[in-house]
Amino acid sequence: MNASPIVKLQMQSDPMLLSGAREMVSWIARRSGFSDMDCSQIALALDEALCNVFRHGYDRQTDRPIWVSIWSEAGTAGNAESPPRIRIEIEDEARQVDPEKIKSRDLDDVRPGGLGVHIIKQVMDEATYAQRPGQGMKLTMFKQGAGPKSALPGASCRCENDEPCCNDAASEKTKSSKEVA
Amino acid sequence: MPAGLLTINIDQRGPAMVVTPIGDIGYTEAKPFQEALRSANEKKTPLLVVDLSKVEYINTPGLATLVEALQRTKSRGAKLALAGLSPKVKSIIDLTRLNTVFSIVPDVEAGLQL
Repeated sequence: MNASPIVKLQMQSDPMLLSGAREMVSWIARRSGFSDMDCSQIALALDEALCNVFRHGYDRQTDRPIWVSIWSEAGTAGNAESPPRIRIEIEDEARQVDPEKIKSRDLDDVRPGGLGVHIIKQVMDEATYAQRPGQGMKLTMFKQGAGPKSALPGASCRCENDEPCCNDAASEKTKSSKEVA
Repeated sequence: MPAGLLTINIDQRGPAMVVTPIGDIGYTEAKPFQEALRSANEKKTPLLVVDLSKVEYINTPGLATLVEALQRTKSRGAKLALAGLSPKVKSIIDLTRLNTVFSIVPDVEAGLQL
């Protein structure tokens, strides 16, 4: 991926901005050739990550800074060796915590809340928390799609009625392989 | 009941309350959704059906609201069903294994048969 992100956004820790952030990353992922389901899940991961910063990092203060950087590479049509890829970094100035302690809770303990980290780690291929030098935290997330059928640069992968389309089937295959591994 | 980008309808259908959110259920919509579910639960019908057929997106605050509604419903001996899940919403519920704790039905009519 290029050294510079295609988007570097500074936003306030205001939940009203979440839907716009979801739309933005979903649009970038779609343009890169990710499947409709992947686009939705990438947007979900960003949303959950930002929610965690609002709620836990900034204790619901709505005027603190968050930086979202996005790198993406479009897949090449007909070339399974060149899948779409996206990397998202979320940085803040919130209180620092030990990255090792950021874990999902036990899913068998059915109660409201505490599922954001689990979702992020499930839908993204990689999700790594780190302390920023000086202050704040940084979350780096990465996801690779499957070999695209329609991922021409600027092409849109539109799926009607959520039927398997574009690279959905191949994406499932990739996940299955990962689970076996 | 409009709540930002979310509209929520609450109807009584026979012995059931049917709550129908229309739109995305994100961080800011979770609160009005919670209030709607609490309001429906307060009617103390034996069945509560949440029609999610017009929801394409839900995140963990929304899921937390559903779990809370389930707990409230169960605590008074009533049932709760989730109806009409879109593939995207279903995938999120499956990811969190909440499909193992909720009664999930294809549509409201099926939910009313519980």
